[in-house]
Amino acid sequence: MTTRTIRGRRGALWLRKLVSTLGTVAVTFLGLLVVTFLIGRVVPVDPVLSVVGDRATQAQYDAAYHALGLDKPLIEQFWIWLQKVFQGDFGTSNLTTRPISQDIARVFPATLELATVSIVIGTAFGIPMGVWAAVRQGKLIDQIVRVVGLVGYSAPVFWLGLMGLLLFYFKLDLISGPGRVDISYEYDFTPKTGLFLLDTAMQGAWPAFRNVFSHIILPASLLGYLSLAYISRMTRSFMLNELAQEYITTARVKGVPEWRIIWVQALRNAAVPLVTVVALSYANLLEGSVLTETVFAWPGLGQYLTNSLQNADMNAVLGGTLVIGAIFVGLNMFSDLLYTLLDARTRNQK
Amino acid sequence: MSMTREWLLSDQPVSRRQARLGQAYRTWLDFRTNGLAMFGFLIVLVLVLLAVFAPWLAPHDPLVGDLNTTRLLPPLTEGYWLGTDDQGRDILSRLIYGSRITLAVVALVAVIATPVGLLVGTTAGYFGGWVDTVLMRFTDIVLAFPKLILALAFVAALGPGIENAIIAISITAWPPYARLARAETLTIRNSDFIAATKLQGASSARIIWKHIVPLCMSSVIVRVTLDMAGIILTAAGLGFLGLGAQPPQPEWGAMIAGGRNFLVDYWWVATMPGLAIFTVSLGFNLLGDGLRDVLDPKRQK
Repeated sequence: MTTRTIRGRRGALWLRKLVSTLGTVAVTFLGLLVVTFLIGRVVPVDPVLSVVGDRATQAQYDAAYHALGLDKPLIEQFWIWLQKVFQGDFGTSNLTTRPISQDIARVFPATLELATVSIVIGTAFGIPMGVWAAVRQGKLIDQIVRVVGLVGYSAPVFWLGLMGLLLFYFKLDLISGPGRVDISYEYDFTPKTGLFLLDTAMQGAWPAFRNVFSHIILPASLLGYLSLAYISRMTRSFMLNELAQEYITTARVKGVPEWRIIWVQALRNAAVPLVTVVALSYANLLEGSVLTETVFAWPGLGQYLTNSLQNADMNAVLGGTLVIGAIFVGLNMFSDLLYTLLDARTRNQK
Repeated sequence: MSMTREWLLSDQPVSRRQARLGQAYRTWLDFRTNGLAMFGFLIVLVLVLLAVFAPWLAPHDPLVGDLNTTRLLPPLTEGYWLGTDDQGRDILSRLIYGSRITLAVVALVAVIATPVGLLVGTTAGYFGGWVDTVLMRFTDIVLAFPKLILALAFVAALGPGIENAIIAISITAWPPYARLARAETLTIRNSDFIAATKLQGASSARIIWKHIVPLCMSSVIVRVTLDMAGIILTAAGLGFLGLGAQPPQPEWGAMIAGGRNFLVDYWWVATMPGLAIFTVSLGFNLLGDGLRDVLDPKRQK
């Protein structure tokens, strides 16, 4: 069999997987939309009153009721709403009086930057910790890694954030406080990408870069710690699985240095399922960001969502929920596909 | 005592009850050897005792404090060992009463979400076909939302309050149990004993509820226990955002939010409830880990 046919078959398999995944994702997205729409309909807040005020006459009320399309059957309302959502129209926020899609586009880079720095921290520490724990299974270091992970699973993130602020900002004064950047540095750079670390670095505004860094380091470390708990646990179990395989024994017999067996041969195979784990952790950071952003006054999607919630701005809540849900589903699908692409065993199946 | 022990560990149980109790006793002996799991069990036990005996254990009123003399006392003050908050209320007493709210949330979510998950999962797995497809697609849709975000959206729709928080968390909690129960059902639905029961004329409902559900129970229980820490954290998070229990209820998350405003000068007000949440959720995590080790037959060496 030539290489070309093998590669062709692999491509066909991957394509089939892609199509079936896309089908699943389409149904899931539709479900997301239905659930979000229905949540919006059970709200006790009367959407008409928020438009006309509570002193409107019955005629004005009826006119607004008609204008909002609330007299139409539910299924038709859903259809209209669906069309708008697909055009990127989530309605207008009562709080900021701007279109919600604009609001979300404005706050999203802050969350993206926070989540990205967090996942870098979580991966950079989590994988070596997991490998180390697996190599020294049952020893002291294994126990320590386990306890560190358990603490990460068990501590409320908003409380850790407050404690971190208290200690590192108020008492020790090592870092900057809430927010993304101090006001005195805010005009030293133009936020082009909205990722402040990137913006300041590209424009050479190093004092501002340092300031941005000292703002992001604590919330990112906290979120990174949460993903580290999960990543290190999974790394440990994947590595234990690999280290028990026969090819490891073979390598040892052949005299391959132990560090090479662990960090190159075993880890390379463990890396395949780990990619999925890291992608899932990245998705979970979106969830963690809601509480973290509240504590650190971080102007991202999470804070936008909680602000809208507290001000009963239902359109904004639903828009935010939908965007986060969509990213979550997207990342899940991505990790699923990546797994198929990377895992050698799935290639040999017909 | 040793008589009881021998009776429990007998190799030839004479009754079904003896066999069952013996099995439970062996599991307990197995569980007891795991130090960390026992520690977790102890924490949960203390939580339950605190919740039950709160009125006798709490030294002060949890809801009304003395605004004139006991405002913001630091920890280790005589009579107020964990200090007092801005309204002069004893933090220790509030934590003790708050254990009732925490326990109620965990218990109610477990009572609501577990049967729903079991029912959906076993039904899907047992019938297969389009029933399976529809139910599991629906499960996946709920699972597609991040839990906290979905709970937030539901609480926003239903209105803040502890009851709505419990409902919202339950709505987000059942899908993993459904998946687990379905997987277990698939492995046993073609067993001979199911076929035999079917031949005896048992209805589908009877087979599912009397024969399949009991076999799914142990893995679901482990999963529920492991989830409890997450449920506590979600409930506390909702409380912190002001969407869970409302003041003056001594809910731990809401207490942290209350102490946040004067964190710098009076650190203990926000610190103590956080420690309580952390301890309890650690307890559930350790207990769940230990239960998984003894109850999951696949993990035994």
